[in-house]
Amino acid sequence: MRRQLEGSRAVAETVARCRPEVIAAYPISPQTHIVEALSQLTKTGELEPCEFINVESEFAAMSVAIGASATGARAYTATASQGLLFMVEALYNASGLGLPIVMTVANRAIGAPINIWNDHSDSMSQRDSGWIQLYAETNQEAADLHVQAFRLAEELSLPVMVCMDGFILTHAVEEVELPTREQVDAYLPPFVPRQVLDPDEPMTIGAMVGPEAFTEVKYLMHAKQMRALEAIPRIASEFEHEFGRSSGGLLRTYRTEDADTVVLALGSVLGTIEDVVDELREQGERIGVVGLKCFRPYPLDEVRAALGHARRVVVIEKAFAVGVGGIVGQNVRLALSGLPAAVYGVIAGLGGRPITKASLHRVLREGIDDRLGHLTFLDLDLDRVPAGAT
Amino acid sequence: MFQVRIHGRGGQGVVTAAELLSVAAFLDGRHAQAFPSFGSERTGAPVVAFCRIDERPIRLREPILAPDALIVQDPTLLHHVDVFAGLVPGGYVVLNSSRAVADPRVVTVPATDLAREHLGRPLPNAALLGAFAALCGLITFDSVAAAIRERFPARLAEANVGAATAAFALVEEPAHA
Repeated sequence: MRRQLEGSRAVAETVARCRPEVIAAYPISPQTHIVEALSQLTKTGELEPCEFINVESEFAAMSVAIGASATGARAYTATASQGLLFMVEALYNASGLGLPIVMTVANRAIGAPINIWNDHSDSMSQRDSGWIQLYAETNQEAADLHVQAFRLAEELSLPVMVCMDGFILTHAVEEVELPTREQVDAYLPPFVPRQVLDPDEPMTIGAMVGPEAFTEVKYLMHAKQMRALEAIPRIASEFEHEFGRSSGGLLRTYRTEDADTVVLALGSVLGTIEDVVDELREQGERIGVVGLKCFRPYPLDEVRAALGHARRVVVIEKAFAVGVGGIVGQNVRLALSGLPAAVYGVIAGLGGRPITKASLHRVLREGIDDRLGHLTFLDLDLDRVPAGAT
Repeated sequence: MFQVRIHGRGGQGVVTAAELLSVAAFLDGRHAQAFPSFGSERTGAPVVAFCRIDERPIRLREPILAPDALIVQDPTLLHHVDVFAGLVPGGYVVLNSSRAVADPRVVTVPATDLAREHLGRPLPNAALLGAFAALCGLITFDSVAAAIRERFPARLAEANVGAATAAFALVEEPAHA
C-alpha cells in the first residue's frame, strides 16, 4: 500500500518487516526518528521477537551489534555524523569478522565546527572500513535498500551501510510503497549464520593473526567485498521481480545515450540534477546523469562503461578529502584512466547548504564550456573568507 | 507544480502543517513532498516548512524559493522575517490574524482564536489549512480533515477538524456573498 509518510518512519517500518532480532542504537540527529520508531515498534510488540538495547554510546551500539551478530542474531543499528566516527574502531571489527550487520547512516556533516545538517562526510570517511555502502536517492529507495541490504549482508557475510541524506530524506514526507511483511518474508529468508558463538561449543573468532597470514586475510576481505559487484545487481533484480519496482543496483543512467557531458552524483541530489538536465536538454545540450547507488565496492567497470563515451564528466559530491579534493571524483578518474574524458570535481551541499537548480545550471554551464577545473566549491562565497587566507 | 511555504514559530506545528498538507494532497491523488527547513528547533524561534504538490512525481529537493502560496502562522513574524521573499506574482497568502491587513494578496483568518475555541490551545495550524483549502481550492477540505484524523488521536483530531471547518467557512463566505 502506498502511504504518505516521513522517510525515517518508512525506514523504521521496513526494517521492522525485515525481522531484526537485536537493535542496539544511540540517538543522534538526524537519525533519531528512525530508532525512536523502532524502539516503539519493539515495545508495542509489533516487532517481535526483537530486543531493543538502549546503549550508552555509538561505540557500544556497534559493539552490541557485533556481539549479537556473532551469536547468530540478525542485528541492526543506525547512526550519523560524530556517532559514526565514535563507532569507527568497532566498524572495522564488524567487517573484519564478516558479520552481516545492517546499519542506516542518516548522512550528516562532521565537526568542527559543529553542524547538524546534511552532507556525506560521515559515510565517506568510512568508505575504506570494509563495509558495503549503498546510497538512497529517495525514501522509496531508502526503504527498499534495507530489505536488499539484509539479503546482501547475509549472503556475503559482510556488513552493509545504507546511506540516506539526513533531513533531506529522513525528515521529508513523501509517498512510499512499504514492502509488506509477506513480501519481505518471501524475499528475505531467515538468517542462517555461518558460525555461531555458543558457550556449549566454544570457539574463537577474531583471534590474532601475525605477519604470516595477515596479508592473506586482508586479500580475502577485498575479494569477498568485490563479490558484491555480482551480488548487488542480482539481488536488486530479484527485488524488482518480487516487489514490482526497481531500486538499488550499482548505478543508474539517465539520458546518457548520446551525452557529451555526464553528471555523476549519489544520493538525494540526483532528482534535482535530473530536473536541471531536462532543462539543459531542452536548450539543446547533450547531457545525461549517472547516479551511483553503490560506492563500496566501487563498480569501476560499470562506471567506466557508463561514462566512457562522454567528453567530460562533472562529479558533484557532498564530501571531500581535505588536502586533495573530491573523493568520488578520484574514483571516477580511476575508472576513466587512459580515456580522454575530462573530469571536473564539484564539492556541493556541505553542512546542509542547499544545492539549488540555479547553482547547478551555473556550474553545469561552466562544465559544458570546459571552464571548470579539477576542484570547484559550489556557491563558495569568498566574501566570507578572510582576505589573504587563500 | 504548486509550492507552499509555511512560516511560524517553534511549537506552533509548522512542520506538522506541511506534513498534513502533503497528506491531504496525497489523499486527493496527487504527488506531494513536505519537508522542514532543518533548523535546530526551539520553541518560539522562527521556523519554516515547505510542501510541493504536483500531478507528476516530484524529483526536486531544493528549498522552496518561489512559493505559489504562503501560510503565516504568526503575524509577529511579519516584522522579523521577510515572509514574502520570492512569492510569485498573484500568489496566495493566508495569515493568522484577527485583524484585516491592507494588502489585497493576503487573506486573514483568526486561527489562534478558532484554535482556542475548538482545542482550548493556541495551535493555529489546522485552522489555517482549512482556510487554505477554501482559498485556493488546490486540496479538498475532506482530504484536509482526513489528514488531520490520520495524524491525531480521535478527540484531538475532531477538535482540530472543528477549527479547520470554521476557518474554511470564514474564507468561503465572502466568495458566496
